[in-house]
Amino acid sequence: MIESLTPLLASALGAAIPLVLAGLGELIAERAGVLNLGLEGMMLLGALASFMTVANGGGLFEAVTLGMAAGLLASLVFGFVTITLQANQVAAGLSLTILGSGLSAFLGRSYVGIGAPSSFAPLPIPLLKDIPLLGPSLFSFDLLGYTALIALVAVTWFLSRSRAGLTLKAVGESPVVARSLGLPVTRVRYMAVAFGGLMSGLAGAYYSVAQFKMWQEGLTSGNGWIALALVVFATWRPLRVAVGALLFGSVTALGLYFQAIGMHVSTFALASLPYIATVIVLVIISSDQETVRRHAPAWLGKPFYDDS
Amino acid sequence: MIRFRLVPRVAPSQKMLVYAPLLAVVLTLVVGLTIFAALGQNPLHAFRAFFLDPVSNANGISELLMKASPLCLIALGLAIGYRANIWNIGAEGQMYLGGIFASGLAIHYNDAGGPWLLPTMMLAGAVGGALWASITALCRAQFHANEILVSLMLTYVADLLVKFLVYGPWQDPMANNFPISISFGDDALFAPLASYGWALWEGTRINTSVFITLIAIPLAWFFMDRSFAGFQLSVAGVAPGAARYAGYREKRMVWLALIISGVAAGLAGVTEVAGPLGQLNDRWTPGYGFTAIIVATLGRLHAVGIVIASLLMALLYLGGEAVQVTMQLPKAVSQVFQGLLLLFLLGCDVLVNYRVIMIRPLGVAPAPTPPAPAPAAVST
Amino acid sequence: MKFWKTKLALLGALCLLAVSGTGFAADPVKMAWVYFGPPGDGGWTFAHDLGMKMVQKELGGKVIASTVENVPESADAERVIRDLASKGNQYIFTTSFGYMEQTLKAAKSFPKVEFYHNTGYKSAENVHTYNSRMYEPAYLAGIIAGRMTKSNVLGYVASFPIPEVVRNINAYTMGARSVNPKVTTKVVWVSSWFDPGKERQAAETLIGQGADMLMQNTDSSATLQAAADKGVYAFGWNSDMSKVAPKAHLASVTQIWGPYYVMVAKAAVEGKPFKDNVWGGMKEGMNGLVSLNSSIPASVVKEVDAKKADIVSGKFKVWSGPVKLQDGSVKLAAGETFTDKDIDSIKFYVEGVDGQLPK
Repeated sequence: MIESLTPLLASALGAAIPLVLAGLGELIAERAGVLNLGLEGMMLLGALASFMTVANGGGLFEAVTLGMAAGLLASLVFGFVTITLQANQVAAGLSLTILGSGLSAFLGRSYVGIGAPSSFAPLPIPLLKDIPLLGPSLFSFDLLGYTALIALVAVTWFLSRSRAGLTLKAVGESPVVARSLGLPVTRVRYMAVAFGGLMSGLAGAYYSVAQFKMWQEGLTSGNGWIALALVVFATWRPLRVAVGALLFGSVTALGLYFQAIGMHVSTFALASLPYIATVIVLVIISSDQETVRRHAPAWLGKPFYDDS
Repeated sequence: MIRFRLVPRVAPSQKMLVYAPLLAVVLTLVVGLTIFAALGQNPLHAFRAFFLDPVSNANGISELLMKASPLCLIALGLAIGYRANIWNIGAEGQMYLGGIFASGLAIHYNDAGGPWLLPTMMLAGAVGGALWASITALCRAQFHANEILVSLMLTYVADLLVKFLVYGPWQDPMANNFPISISFGDDALFAPLASYGWALWEGTRINTSVFITLIAIPLAWFFMDRSFAGFQLSVAGVAPGAARYAGYREKRMVWLALIISGVAAGLAGVTEVAGPLGQLNDRWTPGYGFTAIIVATLGRLHAVGIVIASLLMALLYLGGEAVQVTMQLPKAVSQVFQGLLLLFLLGCDVLVNYRVIMIRPLGVAPAPTPPAPAPAAVST
Repeated sequence: MKFWKTKLALLGALCLLAVSGTGFAADPVKMAWVYFGPPGDGGWTFAHDLGMKMVQKELGGKVIASTVENVPESADAERVIRDLASKGNQYIFTTSFGYMEQTLKAAKSFPKVEFYHNTGYKSAENVHTYNSRMYEPAYLAGIIAGRMTKSNVLGYVASFPIPEVVRNINAYTMGARSVNPKVTTKVVWVSSWFDPGKERQAAETLIGQGADMLMQNTDSSATLQAAADKGVYAFGWNSDMSKVAPKAHLASVTQIWGPYYVMVAKAAVEGKPFKDNVWGGMKEGMNGLVSLNSSIPASVVKEVDAKKADIVSGKFKVWSGPVKLQDGSVKLAAGETFTDKDIDSIKFYVEGVDGQLPK
């Protein structure tokens, strides 16, 4: 029983990493008051750009850079439409997803059915990896997995300790007040959205050159939506994004595990577990309105006219 | 360097309400046709294949209406909630439940149908959609849980519920274990318009379900723009503080908004299973619930706008199929085209509420400072 | 006015010329394919697209082939099918089970068009079904797995419990147990045809349970990739997936639609529409076990080849007795064989498969 927990945990972690990457990016964007539902589209573009790079002989560093650049570019289109042109963020985000899936599907047509010539390999940390139970799963990520951990720490620090983080939160809370304090609201919002794009691109790269090592249309298979859900689930706190991602990955892994050991439960009931669990946890968290109010960006989803 | 600035208008420009979407269409055409030309296709030919050919005959019009009808119905329901800032994005799931409830009746009374069956199915579908939406309403009203997330998660659950049913209790026993229900009897189906001897629709698939949408349009318009409840919802969305001050009960509005959109989505579900499909299977909806979100916003949360937006959206789908059939362009190209058009439409809408002013470099008098807009006027 | 008259006359003459010029070499036959996914799915639709391309290659000028991809299995499918028929396509292939009712409905409106529906079970005067006996190559793959497994545990990443998938699981297990009776197969259902993330997690779970030979009945190659990362072996499905992970890839169970499509196209070109329902297998060349890994011992390859020859010649049938159920009871006594109807409604696991079949 115990020894079978290690692969279970590893499997959950593998599923969690891209969710953490994309989720952290979206968290920053939302903390600045911008709701970008285009995660799935940006991730797909990032995944394809990275895969095209390695498939054409590029290095991994190049691949990740280009993947992030693709996500960035898409997010800037979104930013222009919603921040400068004040369009509705929900609709613009959905449109970005349509555009991203279409564009990636079209450009990626000749990259299907081949493996990535180079990809990220696990880099176990000496000594730590030998810790029983946790070691083999927690300390043998690939480079992007460690990046997710570093990003988690960095975003947490940024939001709670840095001056810039304070500015970001002020903008998300009330751009009107932030503006009157002389803060560059529009620039902050753009930078937050751009960060979201970079991280989505990175999450996409994780899928195509680290985890799946291939390209197929719709490679991210709806995980952009899950990452989006995790941000709200986490009440806009980075550590909880990671916990939520891990929980989500674990519940899925556990459902599959029950099947593998021959337990007889409805596969459909099992498959719906992660979603039902998310709703229940959300209800429990939200019941405590004080905490939610402290962390939710009050201006989320609304455009702001910056008259500077 | 010359810079541009946006200056808020005192009131939305009536002219731009018309010109902005036109500008968006022109921009899309320029970009889109450039793409077609780059792919080595004749742009004019592509334009005709995409926008004109699909609706050049009665059959095309019938297909357009069949596609636009559920989109319009769902979007009308969503718009009512969106006006109150209640973001139900799980209409897809509510539509599933509408389909499930209606199918349950159709399957159960397959041998004992009658003229009462279809109206009862419609009622059941509306109830099903409303029930599913009320889970979200409960979570939001009682526990303050975010409705975007709850309604989205419930959509995944609804999808699995359909799968459970068609792989299990509602599976057609003659179906070799395939995930489909029995085919519904005529009593459980919307009759084709052609069956009433309507020569224009001879040989087309359009059926009586479009009348549900035709009735819903004026109802929704009246509710949104003329009723007190609709007014309350709008106020709650634009100025929540004022709404609280006026004593509007927030919980009641959450329930109202979600149940209305649930009913609309549930009915749309009925029109699909009891319409062209005529059975329940595990993949019966082409994502109307999600597309309707775009339709609602493109239509500026207004009944008339939504009607136009739903027709446009339907045309984009038909056009996408048409260029595949006639020009062998991959689906992805039409998806790119759709995404572009939507982004342009959303972006150009800025012209309705803002004027674009050019700012010249030093030496020229700066534009007069506009009055700071109340945030309420800007938020949608 | 006069100008137009001359022009019209000229046009008429041209038309006449065109008609008489072609003589009996009739116009090219228009054929259309309705795809469920994109050809870029690397699996199901990819395989159909390869078949379509074979028609284009072999009957170039005589056939005009067109495709529509990503057609949802909703009411939209019927519109697409009708649209293709009304645009003059005389032969239409609908390549997913979910198009069954829509194909039948459209066929009623277009009695002169021949429709071919993949994997369905309802046919009509102008609707013909075709399918591939994927359980045959799955059985052969089982032989390889049974010979090469060290843990005696096989893993199967499955999609939905339709008979097609259940009989593939059974065939894979029966193949393995025919050479190694100690083998058991663990099955994990992912409730999706295409979800790389979940398929990967399912594969990892199976590997965690000791499975070292993975088979999949899903569309992405994530299972294969997971096997490569964990240092075990896996088979590809639907299309040749050897390029995705050359070391971990033992072989691919592929659908081969080309020969069937070419046969239908040839009949069409001759003006004699092909009207049979086809359930073909290795004998008809409609599927195969391809790209065998060089690490498979020569003796095993030989064994597989021999079995394949027996399947092709009809000497061996996968669904012939003795077949035992999980509780050891005999489902099919030695010497008996299942009819196609029996095979098409298999709702049980055979001995050696772990767990219970979901209902």
